[in-house]
Order: sequence, then structure tokens, then C-alpha cells
Amino acid sequence: MTKFLTSTALVLSLALPAMAQDYTPDPAAKAGGSITVTYKDDVATLDPAIGYDWQNWSMIKSLFDGLMDYVPGTTTLRPGLAESYEISADGMSFTFKLRPGVKFHNGREMTADDVKYSLDRVTNPATQSPGAGFFASIAGYDTVADGNGLSGVAVVDPLTVTITLSRPDATFLHVMALNFASVVPKEAVEAAGDDFGKQPVGTGAFKLAEWTLGQKLVFAKNPDYWRAGVPYLDQVVFEVGQEPVVALLRLQSGEVDVPGDGIPPAKFTEVMGDPAQAARVVVGGQLHTGYITLNVTLPPFDKVEVRQAVNMAINKDRIVQIINGRATPATQPLPPSMPGYTEGYAGYAYDVEGAKKLLADAGLADGFETELFVMNTDPNPRIAQAIQQDLAAIGIKASIQNLAQANVIEAGSAGTAPMIWSGGMGWIADFPDPSNFYGPVLGCAGAAAGGWNWSKFCDADLDAKATAADSLADPAKAAERLAMWSDVYMGVMEQAPWVPVFNEERYTMKSERMGGADALFVDPVSIPVNYDYVFVK
Amino acid sequence: MAGYILRRLIQSALILLGVAFVTFFLLFVLPADPVRQIAGRSATAETVENIRQQLGLDKPFLVQFFRYLGGLVQGDLGRSYLQKSEVSLLIASRLPATLLLMVAAIFCELAIGLSMGITAALRRDRFTDQALMLTSFVTVSAPQFVVSLLMLYVFAVKLGWFPIGGYGTFRHLVLPAITLGILGSGWYSRMMRSSMIDVMRTDYIRTARAKGLTRARVVLGHALPNAILPIIAMIGIDIGVFMGGIVVVESVFGWPGIGQLAWQAIQRIDIPIIMGVTLVSAAAIVLGNLLADLIVPFIDPRIRLR
Repeated sequence: MTKFLTSTALVLSLALPAMAQDYTPDPAAKAGGSITVTYKDDVATLDPAIGYDWQNWSMIKSLFDGLMDYVPGTTTLRPGLAESYEISADGMSFTFKLRPGVKFHNGREMTADDVKYSLDRVTNPATQSPGAGFFASIAGYDTVADGNGLSGVAVVDPLTVTITLSRPDATFLHVMALNFASVVPKEAVEAAGDDFGKQPVGTGAFKLAEWTLGQKLVFAKNPDYWRAGVPYLDQVVFEVGQEPVVALLRLQSGEVDVPGDGIPPAKFTEVMGDPAQAARVVVGGQLHTGYITLNVTLPPFDKVEVRQAVNMAINKDRIVQIINGRATPATQPLPPSMPGYTEGYAGYAYDVEGAKKLLADAGLADGFETELFVMNTDPNPRIAQAIQQDLAAIGIKASIQNLAQANVIEAGSAGTAPMIWSGGMGWIADFPDPSNFYGPVLGCAGAAAGGWNWSKFCDADLDAKATAADSLADPAKAAERLAMWSDVYMGVMEQAPWVPVFNEERYTMKSERMGGADALFVDPVSIPVNYDYVFVK
Repeated sequence: MAGYILRRLIQSALILLGVAFVTFFLLFVLPADPVRQIAGRSATAETVENIRQQLGLDKPFLVQFFRYLGGLVQGDLGRSYLQKSEVSLLIASRLPATLLLMVAAIFCELAIGLSMGITAALRRDRFTDQALMLTSFVTVSAPQFVVSLLMLYVFAVKLGWFPIGGYGTFRHLVLPAITLGILGSGWYSRMMRSSMIDVMRTDYIRTARAKGLTRARVVLGHALPNAILPIIAMIGIDIGVFMGGIVVVESVFGWPGIGQLAWQAIQRIDIPIIMGVTLVSAAAIVLGNLLADLIVPFIDPRIRLR
């Protein structure tokens, strides 16, 4: 983002004491035991600066900590390695007081130098972190390529670190809770070199005890963990390379506790139809939207009527049926559980005649031919066929380009794809804040060639409004900020560069012996399960 | 013989060089950007370019290729773009599982395929022959995923004779090996049948019969060694199939083979891993064929290698 709103009097000074009671532990929780979790895909890395996959995100959360964290099972921020923090009156400087006596898995005490080292490392281009961009608001980010680190991160004393921003950023505390902001010990990173991802050392609730490449990883309880009483489990075993259908069979025979890839579509009806099994399924929302992008730079999608017509032509209920009803039809880019979601907005209703009329108004009464790009794994090709049929009903002939993920992403980034169904590559929020659904996917910054904004939609007014919203760093103005974001997304819907199709729900299955509140099994941040707080009954 | 082997080894090296070039070229022209996979979805154009430079992916094709080749001749397969680990280590960690399953599966294929083929040839055009050939047709056409899952469901889940997937003990090996044996036996049985039929028509078999040898001795002592020659060549090709990975069977049985590694690398355009796996499996095909050719003279003394 290039434009900044000169910040008006942001007068605040906030000091949070150590929050002792942010989470009430389950009185029934018992320490001990081991659980087995399976995944189909192998774990690529456990380096918090690099890992950005479905599987390793929650694993890294259990091995490492950042300055900020979330209350388990919620999207509420709480201090992590920071005991407290203060925000300067202008919202441009954050001072974090670290918890004393926190030890890395190698036994050394964590200090403010480690915090600085970790932030310098993740933003250093040589690290090749996919998360580096999240830290762009820290002063000195523009010159990290020089290798001198972030000038905005200063060590005040061994337990105090101050981070100065170059622009107000209301999401900054969320950024500090991302895995990418995890604190790592310099000596362990330097000793392991590129292999740090296979030999991780953090401050987290678990430490890596064993990794047999391509087979399994064993996490052992960190007995010196700084949060008292957790984790409950002695051990978590991750078995990789397991077909989801087989993982379910193994769960039914008591060998597996959590199938990490969820319930396979082919078995969904069977599982949910059996009361004994359905009782062990936890359903929860997730910060996800599945959408169709309409490339506003390619005719005829440059006409807003055409984009609105496509929005009205898609039968979202039928698409939800295709995925066994595991979603709710979407009305707008933000999912309902995201702050800033516009309640009461109905979106574009399914209206074939209305869509035809809009097309006729745009001078395309006879329809046109176009292409729909889709990732080639189930259920996406089936969803694409439903979209194709819906479009045919208003005279649009869409041919389906069924490709591997990387090829679809390339066509989207390069701006050569007229339409893309986002399934399999869709936007799952990095953190629970409305800004995370805008910049890279709907803002001008992502619309350049190579960006993730596949509709190449760029509206300067909306961009300015988004920047203004994110400049409201004062927590007292949070409601005002969310209202501004709501306006931004309503503006997007008017111009219709996307067809929001559905918000997927999460179905996590667990074994009989697993204990812990349901919210821990559909934790919005630790997917699929918050390993630090679940237990064996 | 030594000269022959040396010549074949040189040929093999040239074939591998060709394979490396073609694969590298295909990955180069592929309409997908490995850097974008590394840089993540929020990366700026600047970050993307920076990573591209670090990996040398901004260089012209030939520069990139010779740089890769330079590492290769020193035994360096490079580091994975996404895992950052050494490719040789990633492949080596999966090689024992792949080799074990390959040997066991080929054994099963041969045991099932050859006995079917021989029986069909000896009962030519009768009901047994037709039934066996129909079976072989069914097995080669059967979808791997369904057969694997069915075997697992019946023998592991329902009967409990074997573990539900995994790797480590002999009991883990049995089901995937037999499944692959069944799936691959059809090719061998068909090949064996036609080869056997040809041999049974030859003069020396008639002579053997005329001498009054038992049927078993005619078939096993005289016909089989001659009929089996084309089968040996086929094993050489089969080795390549197994080394390239049998993704579906591996993932159903939770077998940590090379196929899963390759499949995930292809999804994410992790070029060093794709190149490494391709070269290792190509080397296995080449060496497998060489070995097959070297074995033949021991079975058929009429054949000499020059």
C-alpha cells in the first residue's frame, strides 16, 4: 500500500498486565498419554519462517511461541512470550516486556536479542520466507535487503524490545501472533543452517523428539514449558503419507485419534449417518471463502453488468450440495465469523432471468464464450461443471481448464485466466482480521502481474479507504475501523469482481478417548487441533 | 564381456544426460513459476525477483542447466526449494522402502503371472486358458486405488490378518506386495503364455517328448528356460515403473516410497526434487535393463554379448 493517511490524534497508551485468567482449563483434563494424528502429505519443514502448509502450521504453533498468541479455541489475542505490551500514543511504537525465565528447548534462556534476531531473520530476503511481507509496516523493512536487519526493532534491555512502525498498522498485534513471528534461538539456527526446518528448536509446549523422513514425527512434551499446567499430552505422533480413507478406517479400529485431513468426501454421508461416529465429529466455522474471480481487464468481464450477471447466475445452494452440504452459501468476500462481516447483506440472489436481462443490457443477449480455470483435485472439477451449467443457462459457454494447482496460480497471477474457481487455493485467513482478505486478493497491490489478485481488480477509492481503516490503530476505534472495512467489501460487491460462492465449514473427527472442549478441535488458529490443550480421557 | 559392459555404461551415462536435459527443459518451459510457490501468496514482486536471483532462476536456460550438471557430476543433487533439505537425503530416506516393495512386488508378479501364463499355455484354448486370460485382462485394467483399498479392507480391517497400512515389519509388506503382484501379473501371464506357446511348438520340445521325458521335465527343464527370456527383459522395464513410484498404492498402504515424494514435488514445482527422482528412476531403468541383458547369456548360452 502506497498511500498513508496522516494520522490524527491517536491518543492512547495501553499497558496490559500479565493476563492470568484468559483461559479456564478444563477441570476434567488429565496429564499424560499419547495421540496419533495422520496426514496424507508429508511435512516439508518445521522452520517457523518457512512453514506455510495445512499440516505444519499447527505443528509449528506447538513447537514455537511468538510475542502474541490467541486464547485457545478463539480468535482473541493474548500475550505470549510478551508478558505485557505498551502502544505509544501515536500508535507507531510497540514496547513488549518479555516473560523472564522462558527457556528454549536447548536450555538457554530467551531474551530480547532473540526477538530481534528472529524478526531480522524472517524479513531477510536470504531466508526466503513466504511470510516476510507481513512485516512490511516495521520501520526499516524497505532496506532489509542490505542485510543489516530491521532498524525499527530495538533491544532496550534483555527483557524489553521496542518495535517502531513506518506507518500505522491496526493489524500489527495479529502479525506478531503469526508463526512467522516465532522466536528462534540464533545459535541453533546457525548450527543447523538450511536444515533448521528439520531440527527445530523453540520455546513451545512440545519439542521434536524424532523425525523419520516420510513416515512419522514424534513431539514430546516440554516439561519446562512456561505456561503452567500445559501441555497435557506426553506425546503427539504424526504419521504422514496416509490416505484419508485409510486414516478413517484406522480411526474406526482405534489406531488413530485425529485424521488431519478430515472426513473424506466419499465417506461423509456414511459417517454422519451413524450416530456413534457423528457424535465424535466437531463442526466449526473457518475463516474461508470459496469464490470465482472474474478478470476485469479481459472483455467482456470489464463490464460491471456482465460480472453482476454472473453473480446472479450461480446457484450456490446446488454447489453446496455437491460438497455434501459442508458449507454455507456466501454473500460477500468475508466469512461470517470474521470481524467486519456485513450482517443483513443478502448479496446477489440466484436469478436466471435477471442475469439474462443484465447481459442483454450489456449488449450480450446472445451470451459469449469464455474459459474457467480450476484445480484438478476433487471436488473442484465437479464444482466447475456446476458453474459451467449455471453459466450455460444464461448463454455463457465456459470451457473448463482443469490444471494442476501451480498452473492455475500462474494463469491467475499473470492475468490470462478470465475466470478461476478458487477451490483448493482459496483464501483462508492468516489472522482473524478483515484486512487480510483485501490487500493481496482484492487490492491494487496484488493486481500487478505476479500478484494473487486474480480478478486484477483495482479501485483507487476502495484502496484509500482500506488504508485509512488500517491506520486506525487505536483499540477504542475498533468498531469504527470494522465499519470502514464493511464499507470496503460492500464497495467490492457493487463492482462484483468476485462471485463469493460458499464459506466452508470444518468437520474434525476424533477418537473416543480424546478429551477437551469442542472449540479446541475446530480451533480457528491451530488447525486441525490445538495440541497444547487437548488431552486423553 | 568387460568391453560390452563398459560400452553399455557409457551409453547409459549418455541416456541419463539426455533424460536430465529433457526433464530440465520441460520444467523450464512449464507455465508455472516455482518462485511463486516459495514466495507465498502475499509476496511483492520485489521479493519474488529477489528469490529468483538467489536460486539463479533468472539465468538463461543453458546456464541453469550446466550449473545443475556441474553439481550433478560432483554427486550434488541440490537442495529442495521448499523443504530446504538436501535432495539426496530425501531420496535416500525413501529408497529402502521403495527397493523393498519393488523386490517383493516383482516376486509376487512373477509368482502369480508366470504360473498363470504357463498353465494357460499348456491348456491352450480350453476353458482354463480363457478364464486365466480374462483374469489377467481384469487385473491389468483394475483401478489401483479400488483394488488396494479392497485388499486393505478385507485382509486388514475385517479379517485383521495384517496391519492397516504402515511400514517396518514383514507383515506390513505382505499386502502391498501381493496387491501390486496381482495388479502387475497380467502383463507377465500374457507374455509368458505366448512365449511358452511358441517354445512348445519347437523341434527340441518334440524331441524331448519323444525321448520319453516326463511332462514336468519337458516343461520345467526344457521349455521354461527358453520361454523366460522375454520376461527377463520385461523385469528391467518393471524396475523403472517401481522406481518412478507407485503413488496410489503407496498412499493407500501408507508406504513411505519415492512416489509420494515425487508427487508432492510435482504439485509444488520443487524442481530439485523432481530432477532428483527422475534421474534416480532413469538410472534404475537403465541399470535394470543392463542387468537383464547381462543375465540372459547365463540362461541361454547361445546368446553372447559383444
